[in-house]
Amino acid sequence: MVLSLKKLQGLSIAIRRANSSDTFKLSEFSEKYLGYRKAEFTEKMTFLDSTKSKAIPIYRVTNSEGNFTDPSQDPKFSKDEALKMYKSMTLLNTMDKILYDSQRQGRISFYMTSFGEEANHVGSAAALQPEDLVYGQYRETGVLLYRGFSVQQCMHQCYGNEKDIGKGKQMPVHYGSKDINFVTISSPLTTQLPQAVGSAYAFKREKAGKVVCVYFGDGAASEGDAHAAFNFAATLKCPIIFFCRNNGYAISTPTDEQYAGDGIAGKGPGYGLHTIRVDGNDLFAVYNAMKKARMLALENKPVLIEAMTYRIGHHSTSDDSTAYRTQDEINQWMEKDNTIKRFYQYLISNNYWSEEEDKEWIKDARKEVLTAFNNAEKVKKAYPNDMFNDVYHELPNHIKKQMDEMNEHLKEYGQHYPLDQYSPNK
Amino acid sequence: MLLTRNLTNFLKTINGVRNASHFTYVSSTADPSLGKTTKMNLFQSINDAMDITLAKDDTALIFGEDVGFGGVFRCTVGLRDKYGSDRVFNTPLCEQGIAGFGIGAAVAGATAIAEIQFGDYIFPAFDQIVNEAAKYRYRSGNLFNCGSLTFRATWGAVGHGALYHSQSPEAYFSHTPGLKVVIPRGPIQAKGLLRGCVEDPNPCIFFEPKILYRSAVDEVPIEDYTLPLGKAEIVKEGKDVTMVAWGTQLHVIREVADMVEKDFNVSCEVIDLQSILPWDVETVANSVSKTGRLLISHEAPITSGFGSEIAATIQKECFLNLEAPITRVCGWDTPFPHVYEPFYLPSKWRCYDAIKKMINY
Repeated sequence: MVLSLKKLQGLSIAIRRANSSDTFKLSEFSEKYLGYRKAEFTEKMTFLDSTKSKAIPIYRVTNSEGNFTDPSQDPKFSKDEALKMYKSMTLLNTMDKILYDSQRQGRISFYMTSFGEEANHVGSAAALQPEDLVYGQYRETGVLLYRGFSVQQCMHQCYGNEKDIGKGKQMPVHYGSKDINFVTISSPLTTQLPQAVGSAYAFKREKAGKVVCVYFGDGAASEGDAHAAFNFAATLKCPIIFFCRNNGYAISTPTDEQYAGDGIAGKGPGYGLHTIRVDGNDLFAVYNAMKKARMLALENKPVLIEAMTYRIGHHSTSDDSTAYRTQDEINQWMEKDNTIKRFYQYLISNNYWSEEEDKEWIKDARKEVLTAFNNAEKVKKAYPNDMFNDVYHELPNHIKKQMDEMNEHLKEYGQHYPLDQYSPNK
Repeated sequence: MLLTRNLTNFLKTINGVRNASHFTYVSSTADPSLGKTTKMNLFQSINDAMDITLAKDDTALIFGEDVGFGGVFRCTVGLRDKYGSDRVFNTPLCEQGIAGFGIGAAVAGATAIAEIQFGDYIFPAFDQIVNEAAKYRYRSGNLFNCGSLTFRATWGAVGHGALYHSQSPEAYFSHTPGLKVVIPRGPIQAKGLLRGCVEDPNPCIFFEPKILYRSAVDEVPIEDYTLPLGKAEIVKEGKDVTMVAWGTQLHVIREVADMVEKDFNVSCEVIDLQSILPWDVETVANSVSKTGRLLISHEAPITSGFGSEIAATIQKECFLNLEAPITRVCGWDTPFPHVYEPFYLPSKWRCYDAIKKMINY
């Protein structure tokens, strides 16, 4: 009797110990390991099967015909706002057509269109404040146009002439402008993501009331820098919006060869990011999501938005996309989900716009693009001394010597170089 | 980089069962015009340079792996307490993220001091440094820049660091226009050159010879001062042979200069290059024009090491003055080994032998 009592006491101590150890561990895990997310033990061995969980839903405000599915979600744009958005999209579309053709004629070296993605550029840009800093990948020209980067500046950049504010250093479409807070684009994919986080951190410390928005494609999200950026943004609590354009392809690679999870949005919660997936061809959905994302970001809650869209055009002028997808697939998207048409319906039904006004505008837009194009074609490139500038803040001796060496060389051999296309040496 | 955790004791054993140090540190004397001095070792002088930076510049940030509690080499000790955890903070363990984050902070106007725990682990950040930081100003036509960014990374042999705690990666970066690369030889230079890097309007990489963190002690000026980037320093004047090195290796060739002077009555001019990019061609060329002989020595492997750049340039600038082939005494073309370190390093005896052969050429 006495013995068994002792045994029982021993057992209950063991249980108490076990319990207090469980409590200790669970509270440690929760606080230190899991960001205060409450974990519990389970005796059921269950592997999460990612293929069985429901995909994150796609937020939309209008259907493919442009009608509001829930009228309370209508952001009620004024006529001026709505027309600015429409004109930015159609101007971009017009410019894309002309520059694409001009590359085909060999007049510029390279081009990338934004066909099919105009609404996610403009809807997101409209929900930002002009002082918010934007980092892009390269297919966000609509953001630049909406922010006031002129068609003429685009043309100067594509020609790399001496009026290009980037001074002719980069390939076409690598735009940037301090005036509109759009950081100059570079070709290496995803490098801009952790940079955007660093800028957002600086804004947070300045208490600037500004956010950073960084755009990237579904392919770019596979780079290590995307992982770095998501993780840094969340742990360092930065005012940033990650805007992913999931257009189904990275050049020829379809998304099922890019990732096996629930798209890009599916990664967000794992990093501790506020996350939403939107219909990228629904300007209203993009706008609403972006507006809310900006508020969250200002509270130092980083946000990931995945905009579902489709790359109607070729990846670039160096790519023929029918080598890896059918014309029929492209046609279906053009017919069934034309992003610009969706917004056009809205303008018409609000009496903001008419068919005649539209015809007139498209004519004007074409004229503006062609005039800018012809202007840019006539401007010479800067004298090659400019090649040596801006490597450093100052011109170091060794680079100055190389500049002099080039000039000495050109004195004797200048006739073998295309100097007639460049301004004279001042 | 798991292996690098808790390395505060990393250096304590270098004179124990590990390989004995391969050099004798000789303190420098600061320019008296810089005022009052106090004894500091290398990590203290680096800490002091960052302390001054944080005090002077409210936008300045220091971040990296484990910098919050003071850093695995004690370089950031006390700074978080003094300036706040929003200015001195840990990042996730991800070098490409650290580099990208630092660029972005600099683009937005902050002064960013990013720490890469070991130079050996800078390679995940290579893309951000080479394609982004170095080219930011150029490619944007000077619309944007990240000139207020400095990378600090530990560097060089340490006695037992093997492949991934010993590397000297400066030559990789010397091939990248847009960067400045700087390596100090002691506490006085470290403080002045690090302050120089931080104030310089270009992205800089500052490599800290980790074997000197505790073993090198100077009387360091307590006030703020900067030493010019792109300038070499003639540490010892001489007339028969010019010797060029940087970082720890400077102390090796300095000892060799004494040895050959004593044994062969050869007078060596010893130059600390200090800046790898841009480097001070003029000081080296002037010296070689006078001496007619040049020995370059670095720990990094010989093939495409920075010594080749110096040799090629000096051969062009000083062809008529050269009396012997330019000689490079460097690490072998192997990864940096563990137990063979004494045989891998460009030791004083290898440098001594090279000078002997040069003067008999």
